[in-house]
Amino acid sequence: MSADSSPSKETVNPAVDGSELIRFDKVTKRFGGNTVLDSLDFTVSSGKHVTLIGPSGSGKTTILRLLMTLIKPDEGTIKVGGEYLTHEDRGGSLVPAGEKHVREVRKHIGMVFQQFNLFPNMKVMRNITEAPMHVLGLSRDEAEERARELLDLVDLTEHADKYPTQLSGGQQQRVAIARALAMRPQVLLLDEVTSALDPELVAGVLDVLRDIAHSTDITMLCVTHEMNFARDISDDVLMFDAGRVIESGSPEKIFSEPDHERTRQFLSAVL
Amino acid sequence: MKWDWNAVSDFMPMFWHGLLVTLEALALGAVLAFVLGLVWAMMQRSEHAAVRWPVMAVTEFVRNTPLLVQLFFLFYVLPEWGLTLSALTTGVIGLGLHYSTYTAEVYRAGIDGVPVGQWEAATALSLPRARTWFAVILPQAIRRVVPALGNYVVAMLKDTPMIFVIGVLEMLGEARQYSAQTFHTVEPITIVGIAFIVISYPASLLLRVLERRLVR
Ligand SMILES: Nc1ncnc2c1ncn2[C@@H]1O[C@H](COP(=O)(O)OP(=O)(O)OP(=O)(O)O)[C@@H](O)[C@H]1O
Ligand SMILES: [Mg+2]
Repeated sequence: MSADSSPSKETVNPAVDGSELIRFDKVTKRFGGNTVLDSLDFTVSSGKHVTLIGPSGSGKTTILRLLMTLIKPDEGTIKVGGEYLTHEDRGGSLVPAGEKHVREVRKHIGMVFQQFNLFPNMKVMRNITEAPMHVLGLSRDEAEERARELLDLVDLTEHADKYPTQLSGGQQQRVAIARALAMRPQVLLLDEVTSALDPELVAGVLDVLRDIAHSTDITMLCVTHEMNFARDISDDVLMFDAGRVIESGSPEKIFSEPDHERTRQFLSAVL
Repeated sequence: MKWDWNAVSDFMPMFWHGLLVTLEALALGAVLAFVLGLVWAMMQRSEHAAVRWPVMAVTEFVRNTPLLVQLFFLFYVLPEWGLTLSALTTGVIGLGLHYSTYTAEVYRAGIDGVPVGQWEAATALSLPRARTWFAVILPQAIRRVVPALGNYVVAMLKDTPMIFVIGVLEMLGEARQYSAQTFHTVEPITIVGIAFIVISYPASLLLRVLERRLVR
């Protein structure tokens, strides 16, 4: 397979044409005896902004972590851009993917964490340039230019030479967004990225994300309790319960006239 | 027994030589202990049990047998296997290897102290394994354990006289030799004792300052 022979080659079709970008096929994930995802199927088309909602423990984070390859599915397959993420097609049979294959497919996925997870030993600039330089092979100048554009986007231009701990939580999270975007991922995974922030800092981060959602064709998979934000940016909302999608549709539909009683209950509890 | 100042000045040239050898053994031994210990600690984090287990076994074994025995072993057994090293080199290897099993534990604690989110962020960025270790994890892990590593250097200093048993003339060796030749024992031994205090006490103080600075 091409991914084996040329690591720098694009293995995911970068064109945004509304085609299927993410596919979960009968994915099961257990933690001990606890089946968190039970034969889950769902797809996300490229360029779409999809919000996952659902009660605590319903498996939203688990889905994002599976996509980021931070955990492995017990059964089923995940495809990103037509390539298996956790498996490799070797002569017609599916085998668990090797490290190299995973890296290649994973490059197209970026993630922003609830706790930011910036590298505290690096200045803001290097947090953003580290991966483009050492994963994509950009020169320092190229990586820094890219970083400056992104710092401009997240409105932190003057903070490039600070360490993360010198920034507020909201600023740190914006750096984390810039860091993820610097890899030019096709998919951005956002897991409750504002829930660790002081209330007055939430808006700044959401504004940046709105801006990105509206001005780029990046595919977004977003877990959030900020329903207004979800309404603003989502093309689709998926309502999860106990590891299954019980309902999906446009935000207008889901937030105003959901079909399921469970969705209605959940929304009335969070809104 | 009378204190003889002439013996003191008489011993000084040998003392300076011994001091140099002690510091040399200490410096090289410490470098070896730092590097090897890091290798052990990283290997103990390997996803392959075939890497983890032998490392675990070797480090446990070395940590739980006396340095003195290890020095004898290296000095008398290695030549049997066709590997003949100078006494000083053997001493440095013995000290470095022995202390690497302690520094490995120190590194391990430091590495365990780095939040799992740092590993996850490195994975999310697809950073190569070497970058993850050397650019992300270790700078955070080591910063916190510098004082603990330093404590082992001080401990190692106090163990350097042991390499005298394989014939290295470090400070204590020189003192013993001097007293064998002149029958003056108190003067050289006292000087050596003072030298150990003069080196290790300020080092301990320095480490305490470092600890306050680095460990938060
Ligand atoms: N590493 C783990 N070990 C054991 N159980 C886990 C682990 N990670 C998640 N779980 C369990 O899996 C279930 C789903 O967790 P997940 O974090 O995906 O839920 P969530 O929908 O993101 O919830 P929340 O809204 O609270 O973030 C929970 O019952 C949780 O306890
Ligand atoms: Mg969650």
